[in-house]
Amino acid sequence: MTDNSSEQFLESILKAKASKDWEAVSSLIPYFKYLGMEVHETDNKFTCRLPQEKKFTGNPTLPALHGGVVGAFLESTALVHLLLTQEITQLPKIITFTVDYLRSAKVEECFAEAVITKPGRRVANMRVRAWQKDRNKPIATANANFLVS
Amino acid sequence: MSGVFDISQIQNIIDVGIPHCADIGVKVEEISEAGVVMSLPYDDRFVGNPVSGVLHGGIITTLIDSASGMCIYVKMQKYIPIATLDLRIDYLKSAVPGRDVFAKATCYRLSKQIAFVRAIAYHDDPEDPIANSVSTFMLKSTASKPLNEASKKMVDKK
Repeated sequence: MTDNSSEQFLESILKAKASKDWEAVSSLIPYFKYLGMEVHETDNKFTCRLPQEKKFTGNPTLPALHGGVVGAFLESTALVHLLLTQEITQLPKIITFTVDYLRSAKVEECFAEAVITKPGRRVANMRVRAWQKDRNKPIATANANFLVS
Repeated sequence: MSGVFDISQIQNIIDVGIPHCADIGVKVEEISEAGVVMSLPYDDRFVGNPVSGVLHGGIITTLIDSASGMCIYVKMQKYIPIATLDLRIDYLKSAVPGRDVFAKATCYRLSKQIAFVRAIAYHDDPEDPIANSVSTFMLKSTASKPLNEASKKMVDKK
């Protein structure tokens, strides 16, 4: 895993961006692979998808997704958005992350998209939003600050 | 309520009642008046930086969320349905690749409807944390069965 140098990693990201191979982006990070995260693009807007998986269940009686998975998916979506839309010189580091849980998430597929509120030179501030069947009924929103340089 | 809040009982509830925690290997280490300590074994599956091998923040979020919820049950000495309302995490420094992560959570205020929780994540010294968190939970969030009854049913079914 660590035979992968920083330069090689950035190069792989650039290559994936150039060839619009979004699948390659999520396969570069082991935790994204664990989540089974997919990246989709329409009109230069990126949407991430978390597949339906029993292993993400946090409460089997409702049943509902684990809040941690929802949080992790939002954070991952923010990172993917940064990697794909910004000129990065290193892998951004998460500094603060705040999630608001709005509805109980069913054990079904989830979608999320991120926007950069302020692309600072050192810190990028982002908003992320996740939903399930109905895009207008968000299950959670989050605010994130990433160190980018 | 004796016996309900010993470590093996809680571990059993996690293993059968919280599938995601079981999948990532969460273990209960300590329970006391002061709160709950849970651990997460280092696992290549959860790496967020493939160059350094540092864990992804998301898996730390999951560990903290789990410990934070569990410390409310311990404080109340009963299992009622709860739901995370909001959770903030400050990532103070990167987790060291290859090392297990611990989370210690304390419920410092319990009102009729809301629980307020503080938590930290660390390797071996709680005074030298990797992450700091504050969160709030809704109590009696649903009419569903409490976790201990639900997981007991699931064990009986096996």
